[in-house]
Amino acid sequence: MKIGVLALQGAVREHVRQIQTLGCEAIEVKSMNDLPGLKGLVLPGGESTVMRKLLDRYGLLEPVRSLAKKGVPMFGTCAGLILLAKEIVGCEEAHLKLMDVVVERNSFGRQVDSFEVEISIEKVGKDIPAVFIRAPHIVSVGPGVEILAEYDGRIVLAKQGQYLGCSFHPELTGDTRLMEYFIEMAKEIHPSTLAKTNRI
Amino acid sequence: MRQVGTDRVKRGMAEMQKGGVIMDVINAEQAKIAEAAGAVAVMALERVPSDIRKAGGVARMADPLIVEEVMNAVSIPVMAKARIGHIVEARVLEAMGVDYIDESEVLTPADEEFHLLKRDYTVPFVCGCRDLGEAARRIGEGASMLRTKGEPGTGNIVEAVRHIRKVNAQVRSVTGISEDELMTEAKVLGAPYELLVEIKRLGRLPVVNFAAGGIATPADAALMMELGADGVFVGSGIFKSENPEKFARAIVEATTNYKDYQLIAEISKELGSPMKGIEISTLPESERMQERGW
Repeated sequence: MKIGVLALQGAVREHVRQIQTLGCEAIEVKSMNDLPGLKGLVLPGGESTVMRKLLDRYGLLEPVRSLAKKGVPMFGTCAGLILLAKEIVGCEEAHLKLMDVVVERNSFGRQVDSFEVEISIEKVGKDIPAVFIRAPHIVSVGPGVEILAEYDGRIVLAKQGQYLGCSFHPELTGDTRLMEYFIEMAKEIHPSTLAKTNRI
Repeated sequence: MRQVGTDRVKRGMAEMQKGGVIMDVINAEQAKIAEAAGAVAVMALERVPSDIRKAGGVARMADPLIVEEVMNAVSIPVMAKARIGHIVEARVLEAMGVDYIDESEVLTPADEEFHLLKRDYTVPFVCGCRDLGEAARRIGEGASMLRTKGEPGTGNIVEAVRHIRKVNAQVRSVTGISEDELMTEAKVLGAPYELLVEIKRLGRLPVVNFAAGGIATPADAALMMELGADGVFVGSGIFKSENPEKFARAIVEATTNYKDYQLIAEISKELGSPMKGIEISTLPESERMQERGW
């Protein structure tokens, strides 16, 4: 099973390593030619403003959006969550606008406030190490979005159908449970069947 | 339990910068240009290295007002430089909430024997290195990110190339030798033994290593990526060029797509002249910033 990692900038190799550890094939996505055949796409951590510029420059924004419309699951971590969100606080224009959540950037503060903590996520597992680096959080969610985890009164992990978005960086730890959860999602959602239901 | 300033949090921040360009800026306006061009972070300075060279005298931490101005102007991370071994400059920058501190040989060292004990700080540090011994000593002190020293403010890539090749060749060598040879290797390199054990196990450095010191063109940036840098710092190269905006964008693109030579050709057209540059052999040893640091 091929899982892509958007490889424009940021923590690409960490996601690649986790995907491979779980027995899947990891594809680094740098252009639209890398998209066909993907059963899932990971949008990694990095600088969201930079990734957006590069998505535009390499004409990847629309191809990634149409991949999503075909039902391919997507997992955004930190900057990746910001890319997925429909709305960003203080920003006129969001990026991929796929997941019905409003996010706020750098909402836990600057780098000196960045932290790690263990959180328990009912559907994923107990004591999952979560590294928050200049992290965003989900301010509010639309109907059909399931809140999977909160920390310090803020939503830090949510799922909406094919989309999974989290504030922190599971890829910076050796714990692959969240990636496993995403790969299970990708196995359950067959893009072809979802495309059909979308049509109805 | 919520923990700040752990290795994972500090090194992780640098991991997020991979594949990106960090640009030197001296005011809010330049910071905005850098952000708009796609910089992953900016380094707030009072003068870029080539002007530090020209000005001579003692180069110190930037005026906190400049740093603050830059922090308020952009949403990307802001770095700032402290003098080697200057505990108070570093603590001041940390107190201001700077995202990363560069304990930098570009400034005049405050201590000619000891570097900062960077492990003690919540803010992460980046340090320069010319070889694996230097790299490992800085990591040992707690640096969360490395960069080549190169020769700052010269617009001449030759020293940065020398340094990245040296570090990577030594990493390969440590990875390849047998475990019972590591202690002697540690002695030869002047590197902490435990770090060499870790490097051998990982097959790479435990922190990211960017290129810095002399990058003046998009092709220079791409060359450093080709040689295995995780990203690049551009100091004087951008705002000392004829068209900083265009130049900054071209460097970002060349860094991301360092193997796409047609693209690099396209973006290098009509960029205007890069900074003039200095031939290293004409620099007296006392003016070589890379000799600073121990």
